[in-house]
Amino acid sequence: MIRVAWLVAMKDLRIEMRSRVLLWQVVPFAVLSLVLAGLALGPEKAGSSSSAPGLFYLVVLFVALAVVQRSRGLESTPGTRASVATLGLDPAGVFLGKSLALTLELWVLGVTLLGGSVLFLHIALVGALKALPNVAVTLGVMATAGTLYGALTTGGDGPVTLLPLLTLPAFVPLLVAGERSLSAALYGGPLWEWWVIVVVALVAYAAVGIAVYGVLEES
Amino acid sequence: MTSKSSRWLGWSSVVLLSVTAVMGLWVTPPDVVQGDLVRLLYVHPALAWVALYVSFGTAVVAAGLYLWPRTRSEQMDRVSYCAMEISVVFIALTLVTGSIWGRPTWGVWWAWDARLTSTAILGVFEVAYLALRRANDDPDTRARRSGVFVILTAVNVPIIHFSVIWWKTLHQGASVLTSTGSLNVHGSMLWTMLISFVGFTTLFFWFLVRRVALESARGARQHAALDAALEMRRREGVG
Repeated sequence: MIRVAWLVAMKDLRIEMRSRVLLWQVVPFAVLSLVLAGLALGPEKAGSSSSAPGLFYLVVLFVALAVVQRSRGLESTPGTRASVATLGLDPAGVFLGKSLALTLELWVLGVTLLGGSVLFLHIALVGALKALPNVAVTLGVMATAGTLYGALTTGGDGPVTLLPLLTLPAFVPLLVAGERSLSAALYGGPLWEWWVIVVVALVAYAAVGIAVYGVLEES
Repeated sequence: MTSKSSRWLGWSSVVLLSVTAVMGLWVTPPDVVQGDLVRLLYVHPALAWVALYVSFGTAVVAAGLYLWPRTRSEQMDRVSYCAMEISVVFIALTLVTGSIWGRPTWGVWWAWDARLTSTAILGVFEVAYLALRRANDDPDTRARRSGVFVILTAVNVPIIHFSVIWWKTLHQGASVLTSTGSLNVHGSMLWTMLISFVGFTTLFFWFLVRRVALESARGARQHAALDAALEMRRREGVG
Protein backbone atom coordinates (compact mmCIF):
# COMPACT_ATOMS: atom_id res chain seq x y z
CA MET A 1 0.00 0.00 0.00
CA ILE A 2 2.79 2.45 0.94
CA ARG A 3 4.70 1.63 -2.26
CA VAL A 4 1.59 2.21 -4.40
CA ALA A 5 0.90 5.44 -2.50
CA TRP A 6 4.44 6.65 -3.19
CA LEU A 7 4.19 5.74 -6.91
CA VAL A 8 0.84 7.50 -7.35
CA ALA A 9 1.99 10.57 -5.42
CA MET A 10 5.15 10.82 -7.53
CA LYS A 11 3.10 10.37 -10.71
CA ASP A 12 0.70 13.19 -9.79
CA LEU A 13 3.51 15.49 -8.66
CA ARG A 14 5.53 14.78 -11.82
CA ILE A 15 2.51 15.70 -13.96
CA GLU A 16 2.16 18.89 -11.93
CA MET A 17 5.87 19.72 -12.29
CA ARG A 18 5.74 19.24 -16.05
CA SER A 19 2.45 20.99 -16.72
CA ARG A 20 3.16 23.89 -14.26
CA VAL A 21 -0.59 24.39 -13.84
CA LEU A 22 -0.17 24.90 -10.10
CA LEU A 23 2.54 27.49 -10.60
CA TRP A 24 1.08 29.48 -13.49
CA GLN A 25 -2.64 29.12 -12.89
CA VAL A 26 -3.52 28.14 -9.32
CA VAL A 27 -0.99 30.24 -7.39
CA PRO A 28 -1.89 33.46 -9.27
CA PHE A 29 -5.59 32.62 -8.77
CA ALA A 30 -4.95 32.19 -5.03
CA VAL A 31 -3.12 35.52 -4.73
CA LEU A 32 -5.78 37.28 -6.78
CA SER A 33 -8.51 35.82 -4.54
CA LEU A 34 -6.69 37.12 -1.47
CA VAL A 35 -6.43 40.59 -2.98
CA LEU A 36 -10.13 40.47 -3.87
CA ALA A 37 -10.94 39.43 -0.30
CA GLY A 38 -9.01 42.43 0.98
CA LEU A 39 -10.79 44.74 -1.46
CA ALA A 40 -14.15 43.32 -0.40
CA LEU A 41 -13.41 44.46 3.14
CA GLY A 42 -12.34 47.87 1.87
CA PRO A 43 -8.75 49.14 1.62
CA GLU A 44 -8.96 50.91 5.00
CA LYS A 45 -10.21 47.87 6.91
CA ALA A 46 -8.25 45.19 5.02
CA GLY A 47 -5.00 45.91 6.83
CA SER A 48 -6.41 46.08 10.32
CA SER A 49 -9.26 43.59 10.38
CA SER A 50 -9.69 40.71 12.76
CA SER A 51 -11.45 38.99 9.84
CA ALA A 52 -8.06 38.17 8.25
CA PRO A 53 -7.97 34.53 9.51
CA GLY A 54 -11.49 33.94 8.15
CA LEU A 55 -10.63 35.51 4.80
CA PHE A 56 -7.44 33.44 4.60
CA TYR A 57 -9.34 30.19 5.12
CA LEU A 58 -12.15 31.20 2.79
CA VAL A 59 -9.62 31.73 0.01
CA VAL A 60 -7.86 28.48 0.95
CA LEU A 61 -11.19 26.66 0.68
CA PHE A 62 -11.94 27.82 -2.85
CA VAL A 63 -8.39 27.33 -4.04
CA ALA A 64 -8.39 23.83 -2.51
CA LEU A 65 -11.52 23.07 -4.54
CA ALA A 66 -9.73 24.12 -7.73
CA VAL A 67 -6.78 21.88 -6.86
CA VAL A 68 -9.01 18.90 -6.02
CA GLN A 69 -10.82 19.43 -9.32
CA ARG A 70 -7.47 19.45 -11.09
CA SER A 71 -6.34 16.28 -9.27
CA ARG A 72 -9.50 14.45 -10.38
CA GLY A 73 -9.06 15.86 -13.88
CA LEU A 74 -5.83 13.88 -14.20
CA GLU A 75 -7.88 10.68 -14.09
CA SER A 76 -10.74 11.85 -16.27
CA THR A 77 -9.16 11.48 -19.71
CA PRO A 78 -10.79 8.56 -21.56
CA GLY A 79 -9.31 5.21 -20.64
CA THR A 80 -7.13 6.42 -17.76
CA ARG A 81 -9.24 4.90 -14.99
CA ALA A 82 -9.60 1.66 -16.90
CA SER A 83 -5.83 1.53 -17.44
CA VAL A 84 -5.17 2.14 -13.74
CA ALA A 85 -7.75 -0.53 -12.87
CA THR A 86 -6.03 -3.12 -15.09
CA LEU A 87 -2.73 -2.48 -13.30
CA GLY A 88 -4.32 -3.97 -10.19
CA LEU A 89 -3.04 -1.26 -7.86
CA ASP A 90 -4.20 -1.32 -4.27
CA PRO A 91 -7.05 1.28 -4.12
CA ALA A 92 -6.05 2.25 -0.58
CA GLY A 93 -2.56 3.04 -1.88
CA VAL A 94 -3.99 5.06 -4.78
CA PHE A 95 -6.13 7.03 -2.31
CA LEU A 96 -3.19 7.73 -0.01
CA GLY A 97 -0.94 8.64 -2.95
CA LYS A 98 -3.41 11.10 -4.42
CA SER A 99 -4.05 12.58 -0.97
CA LEU A 100 -0.31 12.97 -0.37
CA ALA A 101 0.28 14.70 -3.71
CA LEU A 102 -2.69 16.98 -3.10
CA THR A 103 -1.42 17.77 0.42
CA LEU A 104 1.98 18.83 -0.90
CA GLU A 105 0.34 21.02 -3.55
CA LEU A 106 -1.92 22.60 -0.92
CA TRP A 107 1.08 23.24 1.32
CA VAL A 108 2.71 25.26 -1.45
CA LEU A 109 -0.51 27.25 -1.77
CA GLY A 110 -0.91 27.56 1.99
CA VAL A 111 2.59 29.03 2.44
CA THR A 112 1.99 31.41 -0.50
CA LEU A 113 -1.33 32.52 0.95
CA LEU A 114 0.09 32.98 4.46
CA GLY A 115 2.82 35.14 2.94
CA GLY A 116 0.16 37.00 1.00
CA SER A 117 -1.84 37.53 4.18
CA VAL A 118 1.20 39.02 5.91
CA LEU A 119 1.64 41.36 2.94
CA PHE A 120 -1.93 42.31 2.06
CA LEU A 121 -3.92 41.74 5.27
CA HIS A 122 -1.05 42.78 7.59
CA ILE A 123 -1.22 39.73 9.86
CA ALA A 124 1.79 39.30 12.19
CA LEU A 125 4.59 37.21 10.69
CA VAL A 126 5.33 35.56 14.07
CA GLY A 127 1.67 34.61 14.47
CA ALA A 128 1.59 33.22 10.91
CA LEU A 129 4.67 31.08 11.63
CA LYS A 130 3.10 29.88 14.88
CA ALA A 131 -0.03 28.84 12.98
CA LEU A 132 1.93 27.06 10.25
CA PRO A 133 1.80 23.50 11.72
CA ASN A 134 -1.96 23.76 12.26
CA VAL A 135 -2.48 25.17 8.76
CA ALA A 136 -0.41 22.26 7.39
CA VAL A 137 -2.58 19.64 9.13
CA THR A 138 -5.81 21.42 8.14
CA LEU A 139 -4.68 21.43 4.51
CA GLY A 140 -3.84 17.73 4.84
CA VAL A 141 -7.43 17.06 5.95
CA MET A 142 -8.76 19.11 3.03
CA ALA A 143 -6.61 17.08 0.64
CA THR A 144 -7.75 13.76 2.12
CA ALA A 145 -11.43 14.75 2.17
CA GLY A 146 -11.12 16.30 -1.28
CA THR A 147 -9.66 13.09 -2.72
CA LEU A 148 -12.53 11.11 -1.24
CA TYR A 149 -15.29 13.47 -2.39
CA GLY A 150 -13.58 13.93 -5.73
CA ALA A 151 -13.87 10.18 -6.35
CA LEU A 152 -17.63 10.49 -5.89
CA THR A 153 -17.96 12.90 -8.79
CA THR A 154 -15.71 11.25 -11.37
CA GLY A 155 -17.46 10.31 -14.59
CA GLY A 156 -20.87 11.63 -13.59
CA ASP A 157 -22.77 14.58 -15.04
CA GLY A 158 -21.54 18.05 -14.06
CA PRO A 159 -18.57 17.10 -11.86
CA VAL A 160 -17.34 20.71 -11.93
CA THR A 161 -20.48 21.96 -10.19
CA LEU A 162 -21.14 18.85 -8.15
CA LEU A 163 -17.77 18.76 -6.38
CA PRO A 164 -18.22 22.09 -4.52
CA LEU A 165 -21.71 21.07 -3.45
CA LEU A 166 -20.43 17.79 -2.00
CA THR A 167 -17.17 19.11 -0.58
CA LEU A 168 -17.90 22.54 0.85
CA PRO A 169 -20.27 21.35 3.62
CA ALA A 170 -17.59 18.84 4.64
CA PHE A 171 -15.03 21.65 4.77
CA VAL A 172 -17.15 23.73 7.17
CA PRO A 173 -15.68 22.24 10.41
CA LEU A 174 -12.20 22.72 8.92
CA LEU A 175 -12.98 26.34 8.09
CA VAL A 176 -14.17 26.95 11.65
CA ALA A 177 -11.29 25.07 13.30
CA GLY A 178 -8.72 26.65 10.98
CA GLU A 179 -10.04 30.17 11.49
CA ARG A 180 -10.13 29.72 15.27
CA SER A 181 -6.60 28.30 15.40
CA LEU A 182 -5.18 31.05 13.18
CA SER A 183 -6.96 33.65 15.33
CA ALA A 184 -5.53 32.01 18.45
CA ALA A 185 -2.03 32.08 16.96
CA LEU A 186 -2.37 35.73 15.89
CA TYR A 187 -4.30 37.28 18.75
CA GLY A 188 -3.79 34.74 21.59
CA GLY A 189 -5.95 31.92 22.91
CA PRO A 190 -5.87 28.14 23.30
CA LEU A 191 -4.60 26.29 20.23
CA TRP A 192 -4.76 22.66 21.32
CA GLU A 193 -8.54 22.11 21.04
CA TRP A 194 -8.44 23.08 17.36
CA TRP A 195 -5.52 20.72 16.91
CA VAL A 196 -7.67 17.91 18.28
CA ILE A 197 -10.47 18.61 15.81
CA VAL A 198 -8.23 18.67 12.74
CA VAL A 199 -6.19 15.63 13.79
CA VAL A 200 -9.36 13.61 14.48
CA ALA A 201 -10.76 14.70 11.09
CA LEU A 202 -7.50 13.70 9.37
CA VAL A 203 -7.50 10.23 10.94
CA ALA A 204 -11.23 9.75 10.21
CA TYR A 205 -11.02 10.78 6.55
CA ALA A 206 -7.87 8.71 6.00
CA ALA A 207 -9.48 5.63 7.58
CA VAL A 208 -12.73 6.00 5.62
CA GLY A 209 -10.82 6.69 2.41
CA ILE A 210 -8.65 3.60 2.82
CA ALA A 211 -11.77 1.52 3.51
CA VAL A 212 -14.07 2.74 0.73
CA TYR A 213 -11.90 4.13 -2.08
CA GLY A 214 -11.89 0.74 -3.77
CA VAL A 215 -15.70 0.63 -3.72
CA LEU A 216 -15.83 4.05 -5.40
CA GLU A 217 -13.22 3.26 -8.02
CA GLU A 218 -14.93 -0.04 -8.90
CA SER A 219 -18.09 1.81 -9.88
CA MET B 1 -45.81 -4.19 2.66
CA THR B 2 -49.44 -4.62 1.58
CA SER B 3 -51.54 -1.66 0.54
CA LYS B 4 -53.81 -2.41 3.51
CA SER B 5 -50.98 -1.96 6.02
CA SER B 6 -49.83 1.13 4.18
CA ARG B 7 -53.34 2.57 4.37
CA TRP B 8 -53.40 1.74 8.08
CA LEU B 9 -50.14 3.66 8.56
CA GLY B 10 -51.55 6.62 6.64
CA TRP B 11 -54.77 6.82 8.61
CA SER B 12 -52.90 6.36 11.92
CA SER B 13 -50.68 9.32 11.15
CA VAL B 14 -53.67 11.45 10.15
CA VAL B 15 -55.47 10.60 13.41
CA LEU B 16 -52.37 11.12 15.60
CA LEU B 17 -51.49 14.43 13.97
CA SER B 18 -55.09 15.62 14.24
CA VAL B 19 -55.05 14.78 17.96
CA THR B 20 -51.74 16.70 18.24
CA ALA B 21 -53.31 19.72 16.54
CA VAL B 22 -56.39 19.70 18.79
CA MET B 23 -54.37 19.18 21.98
CA GLY B 24 -51.64 21.61 20.97
CA LEU B 25 -54.00 24.40 19.99
CA TRP B 26 -56.90 24.04 22.43
CA VAL B 27 -56.30 21.57 25.28
CA THR B 28 -52.82 22.51 26.53
CA PRO B 29 -52.35 25.76 28.47
CA PRO B 30 -50.06 28.60 27.36
CA ASP B 31 -46.54 28.45 28.79
CA VAL B 32 -45.67 30.71 31.74
CA VAL B 33 -42.69 32.23 29.91
CA GLN B 34 -43.35 31.66 26.21
CA GLY B 35 -47.12 32.09 26.18
CA ASP B 36 -48.78 30.71 23.03
CA LEU B 37 -45.41 30.35 21.28
CA VAL B 38 -44.96 27.07 23.13
CA ARG B 39 -47.55 25.51 20.81
CA LEU B 40 -44.97 25.48 18.03
CA LEU B 41 -42.86 23.20 20.20
CA TYR B 42 -45.43 20.42 19.83
CA VAL B 43 -44.36 20.28 16.18
CA HIS B 44 -40.74 21.45 15.90
CA PRO B 45 -38.91 18.84 18.05
CA ALA B 46 -40.95 16.02 16.49
CA LEU B 47 -40.04 17.23 12.99
CA ALA B 48 -36.37 17.39 14.01
CA TRP B 49 -36.59 13.89 15.52
CA VAL B 50 -37.89 12.46 12.25
CA ALA B 51 -35.47 14.47 10.06
CA LEU B 52 -32.30 13.67 11.99
CA TYR B 53 -32.82 10.32 13.63
CA VAL B 54 -35.67 8.35 12.05
CA SER B 55 -35.42 9.40 8.42
CA PHE B 56 -31.70 10.04 8.14
CA GLY B 57 -31.01 7.02 10.37
CA THR B 58 -33.03 4.81 8.02
CA ALA B 59 -31.06 6.19 5.06
CA VAL B 60 -27.73 5.46 6.78
CA VAL B 61 -28.69 1.91 7.81
CA ALA B 62 -30.08 1.09 4.35
CA ALA B 63 -26.95 2.56 2.69
CA GLY B 64 -24.76 0.46 4.98
CA LEU B 65 -26.77 -2.65 4.09
CA TYR B 66 -26.38 -1.85 0.40
CA LEU B 67 -22.61 -1.42 0.68
CA TRP B 68 -22.25 -4.66 2.68
CA PRO B 69 -21.88 -7.32 -0.05
CA ARG B 70 -24.02 -9.94 1.73
CA THR B 71 -27.05 -7.68 2.07
CA ARG B 72 -26.66 -5.74 -1.19
CA SER B 73 -29.90 -5.29 -3.08
CA GLU B 74 -31.59 -2.63 -5.20
CA GLN B 75 -34.30 -2.39 -2.56
CA MET B 76 -31.79 -1.22 0.08
CA ASP B 77 -30.61 1.54 -2.25
CA ARG B 78 -34.21 2.56 -2.91
CA VAL B 79 -35.02 2.69 0.82
CA SER B 80 -31.90 4.80 1.47
CA TYR B 81 -32.74 7.20 -1.35
CA CYS B 82 -36.40 7.57 -0.42
CA ALA B 83 -35.62 8.06 3.29
CA MET B 84 -33.07 10.73 2.39
CA GLU B 85 -35.57 12.50 0.14
CA ILE B 86 -38.13 12.57 2.95
CA SER B 87 -35.46 13.75 5.39
CA VAL B 88 -34.83 16.80 3.17
CA VAL B 89 -38.49 17.79 3.55
CA PHE B 90 -38.45 17.26 7.32
CA ILE B 91 -35.17 19.19 7.74
CA ALA B 92 -36.64 22.09 5.77
CA LEU B 93 -39.76 22.03 7.97
CA THR B 94 -37.59 21.83 11.11
CA LEU B 95 -35.63 24.91 10.06
CA VAL B 96 -38.75 26.84 9.03
CA THR B 97 -40.66 26.09 12.26
CA GLY B 98 -37.53 26.85 14.31
CA SER B 99 -37.14 30.13 12.50
CA ILE B 100 -40.78 31.10 13.09
CA TRP B 101 -40.29 30.35 16.80
CA GLY B 102 -36.91 32.13 16.89
CA ARG B 103 -38.13 35.48 15.48
CA PRO B 104 -40.32 36.45 18.49
CA THR B 105 -38.12 34.61 21.02
CA TRP B 106 -34.60 35.58 19.97
CA GLY B 107 -35.54 38.60 17.85
CA VAL B 108 -34.06 37.20 14.63
CA TRP B 109 -35.17 34.73 11.95
CA TRP B 110 -31.73 33.17 11.89
CA ALA B 111 -29.01 33.02 14.57
CA TRP B 112 -25.49 31.66 14.09
CA ASP B 113 -26.28 29.05 16.67
CA ALA B 114 -24.36 25.75 16.62
CA ARG B 115 -27.45 23.55 16.35
CA LEU B 116 -29.14 25.67 13.68
CA THR B 117 -25.99 25.92 11.60
CA SER B 118 -25.08 22.24 11.87
CA THR B 119 -28.67 21.25 10.99
CA ALA B 120 -28.64 23.56 7.97
CA ILE B 121 -25.32 22.01 6.88
CA LEU B 122 -26.89 18.56 7.09
CA GLY B 123 -29.71 19.92 4.91
CA VAL B 124 -27.16 21.07 2.32
CA PHE B 125 -25.51 17.64 2.47
CA GLU B 126 -28.87 16.03 1.78
CA VAL B 127 -29.54 18.29 -1.20
CA ALA B 128 -26.01 17.42 -2.42
CA TYR B 129 -26.93 13.74 -2.06
CA LEU B 130 -29.93 14.23 -4.34
CA ALA B 131 -27.71 16.05 -6.85
CA LEU B 132 -25.16 13.22 -6.68
CA ARG B 133 -27.84 10.67 -7.48
CA ARG B 134 -28.99 12.63 -10.49
CA ALA B 135 -25.41 12.92 -11.77
CA ASN B 136 -24.98 9.17 -12.24
CA ASP B 137 -27.07 7.12 -14.69
CA ASP B 138 -25.64 3.69 -14.00
CA PRO B 139 -27.69 2.19 -11.13
CA ASP B 140 -24.75 0.39 -9.49
CA THR B 141 -22.43 3.43 -9.64
CA ARG B 142 -25.22 5.64 -8.36
CA ALA B 143 -26.01 3.31 -5.47
CA ARG B 144 -22.38 2.84 -4.40
CA ARG B 145 -21.52 6.52 -4.51
CA SER B 146 -24.72 7.57 -2.78
CA GLY B 147 -24.19 4.91 -0.11
CA VAL B 148 -20.65 6.08 0.65
CA PHE B 149 -21.81 9.70 0.70
CA VAL B 150 -24.62 8.95 3.17
CA ILE B 151 -22.20 7.14 5.49
CA LEU B 152 -19.74 10.06 5.30
CA THR B 153 -22.54 12.50 6.08
CA ALA B 154 -23.66 10.52 9.13
CA VAL B 155 -20.91 12.11 11.22
CA ASN B 156 -23.04 15.26 11.30
CA VAL B 157 -25.77 13.70 13.42
CA PRO B 158 -23.74 13.36 16.66
CA ILE B 159 -22.36 16.86 16.02
CA ILE B 160 -25.92 18.23 15.79
CA HIS B 161 -27.07 16.21 18.79
CA PHE B 162 -24.24 17.27 21.11
CA SER B 163 -23.87 20.80 19.71
CA VAL B 164 -25.94 22.26 22.55
CA ILE B 165 -23.59 20.61 25.06
CA TRP B 166 -20.26 21.23 23.29
CA TRP B 167 -20.89 24.91 22.53
CA LYS B 168 -22.59 27.66 24.51
CA THR B 169 -25.45 28.44 22.15
CA LEU B 170 -28.86 30.06 22.04
CA HIS B 171 -30.64 26.81 21.31
CA GLN B 172 -31.96 25.13 24.43
CA GLY B 173 -30.66 21.76 25.62
CA ALA B 174 -32.72 18.57 25.93
CA SER B 175 -36.42 19.56 25.84
CA VAL B 176 -38.21 16.53 27.25
CA LEU B 177 -35.68 14.37 29.08
CA THR B 178 -32.78 15.88 31.01
CA SER B 179 -29.33 14.26 31.03
CA THR B 180 -30.18 12.74 34.44
CA GLY B 181 -33.31 11.08 33.03
CA SER B 182 -35.90 13.27 34.75
CA LEU B 183 -38.77 14.85 32.82
CA ASN B 184 -38.77 18.53 31.86
CA VAL B 185 -42.35 18.56 30.53
CA HIS B 186 -45.48 17.38 32.34
CA GLY B 187 -49.21 16.73 32.03
CA SER B 188 -51.10 17.50 28.81
CA MET B 189 -48.00 19.21 27.38
CA LEU B 190 -46.00 16.00 27.70
CA TRP B 191 -48.78 13.88 26.15
CA THR B 192 -49.16 16.28 23.24
CA MET B 193 -45.44 16.12 22.55
CA LEU B 194 -45.39 12.33 22.73
CA ILE B 195 -48.39 11.97 20.40
CA SER B 196 -46.73 14.40 18.01
CA PHE B 197 -43.51 12.34 18.02
CA VAL B 198 -45.42 9.12 17.31
CA GLY B 199 -47.61 10.85 14.71
CA PHE B 200 -44.75 12.30 12.70
CA THR B 201 -42.81 9.02 12.94
CA THR B 202 -45.84 7.14 11.58
CA LEU B 203 -46.20 9.76 8.85
CA PHE B 204 -42.57 9.23 7.87
CA PHE B 205 -43.03 5.47 7.56
CA TRP B 206 -46.19 5.96 5.51
CA PHE B 207 -44.33 8.34 3.17
CA LEU B 208 -41.45 5.88 2.97
CA VAL B 209 -43.62 2.89 2.09
CA ARG B 210 -45.47 4.84 -0.61
CA ARG B 211 -42.30 6.42 -2.01
CA VAL B 212 -40.40 3.10 -2.14
CA ALA B 213 -43.38 1.49 -3.92
CA LEU B 214 -43.36 4.31 -6.46
CA GLU B 215 -39.60 3.99 -6.97
CA SER B 216 -39.90 0.19 -7.39
CA ALA B 217 -42.62 0.71 -10.00
CA ARG B 218 -40.43 3.21 -11.82
CA GLY B 219 -37.51 0.75 -11.74
CA ALA B 220 -39.72 -2.05 -13.08
CA ARG B 221 -40.97 0.20 -15.88
CA GLN B 222 -37.38 1.11 -16.83
CA HIS B 223 -36.40 -2.58 -16.88
CA ALA B 224 -39.43 -3.37 -19.04
CA ALA B 225 -38.61 -0.52 -21.45
CA LEU B 226 -35.00 -1.74 -21.69
CA ASP B 227 -36.11 -5.32 -22.32
CA ALA B 228 -38.53 -4.14 -25.02
CA ALA B 229 -35.79 -2.08 -26.70
CA LEU B 230 -33.39 -5.04 -26.64
CA GLU B 231 -36.07 -7.32 -28.03
CA MET B 232 -36.77 -4.86 -30.85
CA ARG B 233 -33.05 -4.68 -31.74
CA ARG B 234 -32.82 -8.46 -31.65
CA ARG B 235 -35.78 -8.76 -34.05
CA GLU B 236 -34.20 -6.16 -36.33
CA GLY B 237 -31.01 -8.23 -36.33
CA VAL B 238 -32.87 -11.46 -37.10
CA GLY B 239 -35.06 -9.80 -39.76
